[in-house]
Amino acid sequence: MSHRLGTGGRLIDRARPMDFTFNGKSMRGYAGDSLGAALLGAGQVLVGRSFKYHRPRGIVASGAEEPNALVGLGEGQRFEPNQRVTTTELFSGLKAVSQNHWPSLEFDVGAVNAKLWRFFPAGFYYKTFISPRPLWKHVYEPIIRRSAGLGKAPDAETRDADRYEQLYAYCDVIVAGGGVAGLKAARQAADEGKRVILTEQNPHFGGRAVVDGIEVEGQAAEDWVKAQVAALQAMPNVTVLDRTMVSGVYDHGYVLAYQRVADHTPGAEKPRHRLWRVRAGQVISATGAIERPLSFAGNDIPGVMLASAIRDFVVNYAVSPGKKVAIVTNNDDAYRTALALHAVGVTVPAVIDARKEVTGDLPAKARAAGIRVIEDCAVRYVEGGKSVTGVQLCRFNSDGGAVIETLACDALGMSGGWSPVVHLWSHCGGKLTWDEGRALFRPDANRPPLGHDGQGFVTCVGASNGEFDDEGEAAMLPVWLMPAQASYELRAKAWLDPQNDVKVSDVQLAAKEGYASVEHTKRYTTLGMATDQGKLSNINGLAILSDALGQPIPQTGTTTFRPPYTPISIGAIGGEARGGIFQPLRKTPIYDWHMAQGAYWEPVGHWRRPYCYPKTGETHGDAVKREINQVRKSVGLLDASTLGKIIVKGPDAGRFMDMLYTNMMSNLKVGKCRYGLMCNENGFLSDDGVVARLSEDTFLCHTTSGGADRIHGWMEDWLQCEWWDWKVHVVNLTEQYAQIAVVGPNARKVIEKVGADFDLSAESFPFMDWKEGKIGGIEARAFRISFSGELSYEIAVPASKGQAFWDKLMAAGAEFGVMPYGTEALHVMRAEKGFIMIGDETDGTVIPQDLGLNWAISKKKEDFLGKRGMEREAMVSPDRWQLVGLETLDGSVLPDGALAPLPGKNDNGQQETQGRVTSTYFSPTLGKGIAMGIVHNGPKRMGEVIQFQSAAGGTVAARIVDPCFYDKAGEKQNV
Amino acid sequence: MLLLTCPCCGVSAEETEFTNGGEAHLKRFGPGSSDADYEAYMFARKNPRGVHFERWRHAYGCGKWFLMARDTMTLEVYGAYKAQTTEPPADIQAKIKARRPEWEGYK
Amino acid sequence: MSDAVSALNGQRASGLVDLADAGPMGMITLRGDLGLLGGALGSVLGLSAPELRRVVSGEKGQVLWMSPDELLVVLPYAEAPGVAAALEAALAGQFATVAVVSDARALIRVSGAQARDVLAKLMPIDFADFAVGELRRSRLAQVAAAVWRDSADEWSVVCFRSVAGYAFEALATVAQPGGEVGLYH
Repeated sequence: MSHRLGTGGRLIDRARPMDFTFNGKSMRGYAGDSLGAALLGAGQVLVGRSFKYHRPRGIVASGAEEPNALVGLGEGQRFEPNQRVTTTELFSGLKAVSQNHWPSLEFDVGAVNAKLWRFFPAGFYYKTFISPRPLWKHVYEPIIRRSAGLGKAPDAETRDADRYEQLYAYCDVIVAGGGVAGLKAARQAADEGKRVILTEQNPHFGGRAVVDGIEVEGQAAEDWVKAQVAALQAMPNVTVLDRTMVSGVYDHGYVLAYQRVADHTPGAEKPRHRLWRVRAGQVISATGAIERPLSFAGNDIPGVMLASAIRDFVVNYAVSPGKKVAIVTNNDDAYRTALALHAVGVTVPAVIDARKEVTGDLPAKARAAGIRVIEDCAVRYVEGGKSVTGVQLCRFNSDGGAVIETLACDALGMSGGWSPVVHLWSHCGGKLTWDEGRALFRPDANRPPLGHDGQGFVTCVGASNGEFDDEGEAAMLPVWLMPAQASYELRAKAWLDPQNDVKVSDVQLAAKEGYASVEHTKRYTTLGMATDQGKLSNINGLAILSDALGQPIPQTGTTTFRPPYTPISIGAIGGEARGGIFQPLRKTPIYDWHMAQGAYWEPVGHWRRPYCYPKTGETHGDAVKREINQVRKSVGLLDASTLGKIIVKGPDAGRFMDMLYTNMMSNLKVGKCRYGLMCNENGFLSDDGVVARLSEDTFLCHTTSGGADRIHGWMEDWLQCEWWDWKVHVVNLTEQYAQIAVVGPNARKVIEKVGADFDLSAESFPFMDWKEGKIGGIEARAFRISFSGELSYEIAVPASKGQAFWDKLMAAGAEFGVMPYGTEALHVMRAEKGFIMIGDETDGTVIPQDLGLNWAISKKKEDFLGKRGMEREAMVSPDRWQLVGLETLDGSVLPDGALAPLPGKNDNGQQETQGRVTSTYFSPTLGKGIAMGIVHNGPKRMGEVIQFQSAAGGTVAARIVDPCFYDKAGEKQNV
Repeated sequence: MLLLTCPCCGVSAEETEFTNGGEAHLKRFGPGSSDADYEAYMFARKNPRGVHFERWRHAYGCGKWFLMARDTMTLEVYGAYKAQTTEPPADIQAKIKARRPEWEGYK
Repeated sequence: MSDAVSALNGQRASGLVDLADAGPMGMITLRGDLGLLGGALGSVLGLSAPELRRVVSGEKGQVLWMSPDELLVVLPYAEAPGVAAALEAALAGQFATVAVVSDARALIRVSGAQARDVLAKLMPIDFADFAVGELRRSRLAQVAAAVWRDSADEWSVVCFRSVAGYAFEALATVAQPGGEVGLYH
């Protein structure tokens, strides 16, 4: 049965029919339709099932406040659940499916829940799934998970085919809402020369005025709106955005606006959504008001709608929800709907008004049009199942025991008055005040949200401020329950929140069970949760709660309004950050070469470094072994470009270096290198690396790969905030250089073959010296430092020539079987040498002394960062865990992080322990597992065998040994 | 998200350009200091409901540290000033006093 | 002798704007009192120190304001070492630091009438009154970047070398046709 009227519909173009499907069934609407209008127009009154009882559900509202009519839209890579049909624009080929039912919308097995409603009281889940506790994980959770959630999540394997973006925008004034109040506010600000952004969530402007057909400034609203929008669009200081919802207002004028760029034109080359990240001086909320439903039995049956929504469907889309539409109200405004229906020839059997006497101008017009008005009357019960068949009436001030009349109708419009949309006022802390006369919460202008200057930055105008153009209208009668003393049987069928199936009786039960706070009641009953966040139900619900608690409404207050106003897409929140640019990937100058070699990557912060270079058919473990063996035997290359390189320069550079490092750096000779440690003020080891003195007033500090930015910031902090009179500059040169380590007994031969313009011999270029000159024609600085224990040169060249230099080394090294090696080989070789690694041997609670690094802590210096911290009692205790080497008796590799358990429990009831594995590897050089760890009093226990946790769950015996497993005398590196 | 104005480069920018460095105007106590002084320097931090002095760095901008007086309740920013300042400037203290008469003053 | 290869190696892209790698550029970081640095720049390059958040351009290159005590000189790649040495000499004995950083960054030219709209998709900057010769250091999506306006429709973006690919791809992504905004006109 079509509900489309023969004429009218200000937004639709009857010349452009559009075909779509609902649950696979072909339907037809018109260009300009919302999906809701098209469904209703096609006679589809039943559009979904409720969450808990699977009750039949129809469209209630005409906009963002719609709680019921949620559908899954699109398919495959473009499927999206929980879309409101009332805010979805129709397009040809649209595919929608209803939700929350099995096997079909018309016949739903879950609807049996509705028959069992007495067993699903408020707090059902809390009350039911409490004990026995062992059932939580494997029984209760799966049950709850299966029944939770509204729509179906997109298939995990699909990837959203659309693109999304964000935009930073700045303005003096952002106006949310393109109705009359918003247009006026935008125009005024624009005329004052302010930069204005005007947003309207719908594709069209004008709000209610264009539907109600009022006059604005002596003009028909339609014409006035059109002229204002055109004028604003023409102003250079104004940005006008339709299909854009201000979703949230945040601190200091930060506003998110969600623009649905291409939802209505799928397949266009446009981003689907754009999130505007606006910083506004002032936010003007012109978001209007939302009509409240009335609470009577059967108010959730499809065909029971908001009176204003019926008006919207009739005027905008020429769709009526029925042929005989009754209206129930407590105010004059609903008579506009009666008149609008009457005007297009729909029968209005009666307007049922709760007020004792109905006197306003609008009721007078209705009566004049021949519409029956029944005073002091209430809807007792709505008859029908999947659609309305009639309403039983009773006196308003009664318990509903006596039916005075049954009215035949196929739809019912309801109006309980209006609630200003105060969300944007409230998001950032604006307070509300209760308007007793109109029975609504409106913004309290004396308590606005405050901006960075301590001044209010949000203003509400029009209906969103509780101002209504209601001259000549008689006062409304607050009605929170209908009839006023409805019996329990009726209250248990009077829905407050049709999405979450919360009824008047549920809120009353919650109050009886001790829920006095509106926030707690919300969570306990689920009133106002999920996608609509109680846009229709909140005020009615808290009025019922107030009544049950015997306190006035303002004392109960509202739940907190939190962004977003209506749900926004995850895609818009992510913006451009997906795929290859999900996050920055830091690449060294030799990245592409590594990639071409098939490197297996390891993330190091945002850097990608080769972990190893597996050859065809080779496991990663085998590749690491091969790389280590080749370095130890001949020569290998490591891309060490990620190492931090920070210049410290100035007359006070030496003094500053002595504060930064635990060891003495000011006495380092020009041309020399020294390994150094940096601690935080707690004395805990923070970073390490080799320092080279470049000139009398210049040091080059190498930091760990992950530490460069952090240490650079650390240096700047001390120079700017503590020792600002010291003459020192720091410059982060990390990315200026490609740094390549040439490592192994044949390292010198390789470099000699490339050709250096300086002497590489051990005599003139000994271990821990640096030199600069040209190697292979490229300007280079070479450091004779070693992290592997082999003869090693770390060579820095300009990053732009890094690949060329690497190529020269590979070519020259070919005759020695040169191989690139990755971070894992680096780690194993340093562990073989007993060298510590920041982040392995350190965890933010380890002082250098714990790691046997006392030699690197100056005893001469009066002060350095961390020195005072190391003097604390706990830091000098003989009971600290200290670094040792560990060898399993069976040669196996200890599990990483394994603890060494002791009998007994500590004060916290935990197993006592005496040590922990910090690094553990299979050493190809030694042919067995080696490890480093920190053990209670470890260095004094050499040779002792202690137990560690094994991977299998038992223990494994390991002997405490010296942490240096390879060439302790350093003969290999110092050649 | 806060809107901050860097006193070193004059830029007003969103919070994501900045990093917070905790409480301002701490005095460093190094070797030789008492346990109580060291503890106060390292660990004792104010957590006021109201006026607070903080360190911020314009990390994505000019890279400079600066200090700022801010209200932790209302998020009002009373003023920002150079890091090389040992106590809050008189004009900022006066402004805070005018806005928050109940404020007991710096320290 | 090996030629310098920039991180983006001449990459270009077109969409709402044209994006182009500027190729290897000479860059020199100067730190110190800006008056002092300005004197050295005058004698070596005939350029002055820029005012707060400005760029000074001349025949021999550009000088960018980076911080109250830091400037960045941009000039042809091959000239950086020589100019740095000359600046070093001019500043001898003074508390100032000269460092060649030509290889540490990438420079991307963004040109076209919609440049501001494209940049505003990634940078939290108000471009309304952004003058020619003005510079701003900020964020480009998730990485640090500086942007300055060379002419009405020509902009330069500089970021660290390691994230050049990320910055370029991010710009190219938000510059795809169909993403017209019309915020700045």
